[in-house]
Amino acid sequence: MNFTVDGRQVFAYTAAHALDSAKPTVVFAHGAGLDHSLFGLQSRYFGYHGRNVLALDFPAHGRSAGPPLASIAEMADWIVRLLDAAEIDKASVVGHSMGSLVALECAARHPERMEKIALLGTAYPMTVTAVFLNAAQENRQDAYDMLNIWGHAAQVALAGNPNPGMWMYGDTLARLARLAPGVLYNDLKACHEYAGGEAAAAKVKCPVLFVLGRRDQMTPAKAGLAFAKTVAGAQVVQLAPSGHSLMVESPDAVLDALATFLA
Amino acid sequence: MAGPKYPGFDTLALHAGQSPDAATGARAVPIYATTSYVFRDSEHAASLFNMERAGHVYSRISNPTVAVLEERMAALEGGVGAIATASGQAALHLAVATLMDAGSHIVASNSLYGGSHNLLGYTLKRFGIDTTFVAPGTPENFAKAIRPQTRLLFGETLGNPGLEVLDIPAVAKVAHEAGLPLLVDATFTTPYLMQPFAHGADLLYHSATKFLGGHGVAIGGVLVDSGRFDWEQSGKFPQLTAPYAGFHNMDFEEESGTRAFLLRARREGLRDFGACMAPMTAFHILQGIETLHLRMPRHVASTRKIVNFLSSQSAVAQVLYPELPEHPDHALAKRLLPKGCGAVFSFDLRGGREAGKRFIESLRVFSHLANVGDAKSLVIHPASTTHYRMTDADLAKAGIGPGTVRLSIGLEDADDLIEDLARGLRAAQK
Repeated sequence: MNFTVDGRQVFAYTAAHALDSAKPTVVFAHGAGLDHSLFGLQSRYFGYHGRNVLALDFPAHGRSAGPPLASIAEMADWIVRLLDAAEIDKASVVGHSMGSLVALECAARHPERMEKIALLGTAYPMTVTAVFLNAAQENRQDAYDMLNIWGHAAQVALAGNPNPGMWMYGDTLARLARLAPGVLYNDLKACHEYAGGEAAAAKVKCPVLFVLGRRDQMTPAKAGLAFAKTVAGAQVVQLAPSGHSLMVESPDAVLDALATFLA
Repeated sequence: MAGPKYPGFDTLALHAGQSPDAATGARAVPIYATTSYVFRDSEHAASLFNMERAGHVYSRISNPTVAVLEERMAALEGGVGAIATASGQAALHLAVATLMDAGSHIVASNSLYGGSHNLLGYTLKRFGIDTTFVAPGTPENFAKAIRPQTRLLFGETLGNPGLEVLDIPAVAKVAHEAGLPLLVDATFTTPYLMQPFAHGADLLYHSATKFLGGHGVAIGGVLVDSGRFDWEQSGKFPQLTAPYAGFHNMDFEEESGTRAFLLRARREGLRDFGACMAPMTAFHILQGIETLHLRMPRHVASTRKIVNFLSSQSAVAQVLYPELPEHPDHALAKRLLPKGCGAVFSFDLRGGREAGKRFIESLRVFSHLANVGDAKSLVIHPASTTHYRMTDADLAKAGIGPGTVRLSIGLEDADDLIEDLARGLRAAQK
């Protein structure tokens, strides 16, 4: 479904359902360089199980017009403006990687609009190596390769995909090929420069779930666990076989964790 | 700090798409000979049917053994995914049926496998899908034939039987400027010799019966999507970009972006047309793919020896192989196929149809049959077999004469093959 935010057309997948202000709402916020369809199975489930779903494409991603938003704080505020455009008062936010920082910041800045937040594949600080940042700044293919390879568990290179017939590496590369130059760098830089994690963690009052992949090469589970300890009352689910792309590597386990948490 | 690295082709050919079986530890790909899969409960069943969870429901739609083949081929080709089909022809039909309705139009190379020519030129016409055939050597020919109803450009990486090299970058440019995808039949080249997506093709398919299997024991096909074509931006494919009443009003592009084509092809094409691959067939094809990187260099090396031999024989009027300087696509072949131009080629015998008959019937190692890409060497006379439905005029357009003989070079001792061919040439000239 298309919305107008800040005068620009943006897109959020609603699982082919009209929005109903009487229903609870779940927002899905994607990671760097990606789009709403990474949450395909999970967002579809909630759309068909009594929730409004807004699986968004941040500006300059997927089907949303650019330019990209430059910081995690701007992305957090933008989500609230998207809720306004959708005439939704309160929502839970499920964020992955960059989206997890956005969800946290959103809960800290706009507590009155947030019900619960789930942080998938997360760590704080979310530093990005200079090699990776430089490659992204120069729009080089190896930046996409780093995101792709480090963004999955090592065994994904050779193992089967839970989604029959699909090649995870190929799918991620095809998504990145559609990205405008500079957008990946924008996102990685926003993650790298985000300095509000500790303050946001201290301010969050709503329930928080961390879902961490034990084989995450991008945001290692150890770092995610340390981050979770800074959030009072946070629940943690660790998925043994999964890397950073939890929603596609362990789709059912992620759905089970979210369904329990958001029940 | 060095960046990370993808596994090489040889490793992917052996491992991509498969982990050791979680239940038994089996290293080889298990053959899941089952039609269907037990649901954990009603909720699980509903979520599988509605695509809320990953998994298998019924083996016409997906099967764990077949899925290994699909994922392995996607990895070898650099695609987002693949669908294995009952044959190469089923793969071509699945691609067309997913993208087109009655009234649609295709622009295709006129240098095609006879079965593909039949499907496009005759059978699909009955269903309102028209095809214009063009000489593939000039990419502008494709551009000139495009109509408002055109939905696909199509050719073979190496044409059949003249081995015309499709200028994929140039034809892809023509396609993309018109908002259309380019589909290629990559059977003759396999991903070992060429990866068409790297040159701009959007979709490809193989007759897996040929070099991928390599053993001549199983019929199959595989359709692979690059995921790079933007169906939404094209605006010509409501099949993928508008709600489909036949599947929960799903807008496939909105639902899955890069996976839209394969999603509709699987959820509609396999569901309704049903030309799926059996798990035993997938197992057979996988056994072949595990040695593809070893077999293809040998196929090419022996072919080069035999091409050189035939080129020096007075009984041979012409050898059509793109590595020969006199082949019209020699320069293009050097650019697009540096690892070799495959192991299927044609030559023209002096003496016409009768000479061809004597030649074929005196061979002892080559098998006279209608197939290519086997480990065993094969021979056929296209005008009376694979292309027999084509008119003389169409045959001439496709570069086939009455004395044209097609060889598929196998893995036997190349000297034995040359000796066999020498025997045939002597018989042909009597």
